[in-house]
Amino acid sequence: MIVEEIMNEEPYTLAPTNTVFEALKLMREKKVRHLPVIDEERHVLGVITERDIKEALPSSLRDEPNSPVFNAKVEEIMVKNPLVGHPLDFVEEVALTFYESKVGCLPIVSGGKLVGIVTTTDLLYTYIELTGATEPGSKIEIRVSDTPGILFEITKVFNKHHANVQSVLVYPDSENTQNKILSVRVKTLNPLAMIKDLRKEGFDVLWPNLPGVSLQ
Amino acid sequence: MKKAVFVYSPEQLGYKFSDTHPFNHKRLTLTMDLLKNIEALDDLDIVPARVATEEELLLAHDPKYIDIVKRAGHGELSEAQCESYGIGTEDTPIFENMHEASAQLVGGTLTAVDYVMEGKVEHALNLGGGLHHGFRGRASGFCIYNDSTVAIRYLQEKYNARVLYVDTDAHHGDGVQWSFYEDPDVCTLSIHETGRYLFPGTGNITERGNGQGYGTSFNFPIDAFTEDESFLEIYEKSMREVFEFFKPDVVLTQNGADAHYFDPLTHLYGTMNIYREIPKLAHKLAHEYCGGKWIAVGGGGYDIWRVVPRAWSMLWLEMTDQQLPTGPLPQAWLDRWQPEAPVPFIPTWEDPNPLYEPIPRKAEIEEKNTQMLAKALHIIRNEKRA
Ligand SMILES: [Zn+2]
Repeated sequence: MIVEEIMNEEPYTLAPTNTVFEALKLMREKKVRHLPVIDEERHVLGVITERDIKEALPSSLRDEPNSPVFNAKVEEIMVKNPLVGHPLDFVEEVALTFYESKVGCLPIVSGGKLVGIVTTTDLLYTYIELTGATEPGSKIEIRVSDTPGILFEITKVFNKHHANVQSVLVYPDSENTQNKILSVRVKTLNPLAMIKDLRKEGFDVLWPNLPGVSLQ
Repeated sequence: MKKAVFVYSPEQLGYKFSDTHPFNHKRLTLTMDLLKNIEALDDLDIVPARVATEEELLLAHDPKYIDIVKRAGHGELSEAQCESYGIGTEDTPIFENMHEASAQLVGGTLTAVDYVMEGKVEHALNLGGGLHHGFRGRASGFCIYNDSTVAIRYLQEKYNARVLYVDTDAHHGDGVQWSFYEDPDVCTLSIHETGRYLFPGTGNITERGNGQGYGTSFNFPIDAFTEDESFLEIYEKSMREVFEFFKPDVVLTQNGADAHYFDPLTHLYGTMNIYREIPKLAHKLAHEYCGGKWIAVGGGGYDIWRVVPRAWSMLWLEMTDQQLPTGPLPQAWLDRWQPEAPVPFIPTWEDPNPLYEPIPRKAEIEEKNTQMLAKALHIIRNEKRA
């Protein structure tokens, strides 16, 4: 998946000459925490975040509209030359950028101009969607050996049951590096027949598992 | 006034996917036979389920979807043609006359509503209903039409009522919740096994409603392996506080019986105890807040031999103020059905004690559930303090 598919294509923006007060007002009204600052050609000059503003304001003055900080121009407190992304970046690259550089948003730039914005919240929602958690389904976790062709063997079973697989996640197995854990969400209320067949094929199906309790 | 009616028509048994499908309405027959055996259900208590009209189904469903259900049930459509409507799948296969049978289940719940709202009885029971996973334009999880959604809209339109929907099925009542997610005059309360592994996967405490309806959806996802005491703690506290907060005119309870240890599709460790207690409190609060107006429907329940007949009998007995029985089940009932049952019956109203091996980490599971309850109720506890 590429950034273009998850970015907000119409971000709210500010000019460098807007005041901090205007920035704060826009953030509150539109319920956003990050605003790119651009010039007339939509070149990204900086990013201002709610946190930048809070840090610039002594707490006693936060609700004091006449404070000089409120009347300052955003260019004075914005982060200049921020990290930016490209519409064709992969979503996982952006995730890594967020994680490593501890920023909360990336203006997306193409042809030198601002074309969108991605925030950590967008990314989190994409993750939730990737797990399939927004559609009715049952989750089945299977411990498999880390060898080629395993996924094919597993999907054969789902295919036989005419089951719609909503998502597949692969985790490393903390107990044994030779193994992987597949977490599969299937559109069914009754996964019992599939579990039975998976076990018949020799797979280790982890069911709601609590040490010392085995189901079926 | 008569206490309660038991809504039932043999046509409700037409809702049948196949002989091997886990959803099996033979449980209605088993339950009624058990109640008749202990002389707790008289033919005079039974009223026939009417058939919901198309106009009534449209209160909750798309016309296009209703048309698909009709045509599929008359052999006019292939599985592939219906699949995007959730029909013709392993969960919800096509069966003959599926529209008619489904409309009969919805009609049963509407019959129950009319009896209660016209003041003919205080309470009414339609065990054939409770199909809480049905969506506006799609079948899901064994449910074709969502009788509760239709009934709640009907209660709003015809009787202008403020409705509290309570769902104690082990699965999240997603279909009903989403139907009223933005409606401030319908409150949904669902207690279910967490969606971590279990269908439908939703029902998180953070699902609280949207827009005008924010704060009128309540979810109490309990952990797998939750036992009676913890289940009942969550049930009792959530019910009292939500009734007090919402002050409904009428309560509709969905009484799935699949939170029992024996149930093959879930991982909760309930015993017959919870099925004695659930209707007691619903009954009490219906009188305290709603002048007694209580409509109850069935729901899940996939151990149809050992669990559902006993559990649902308790519901009817409580509704009609009859003493909840203890000790042996009637021998005649056991003799009649044991030959057909693939498992040996529990011969008493209570479950044997203990029913299962002790659960490791019991204390942690209880602690986690209690924490969840506090988070889920935070929104109303906060408002009360303010
Ligand atoms: Zn259920």
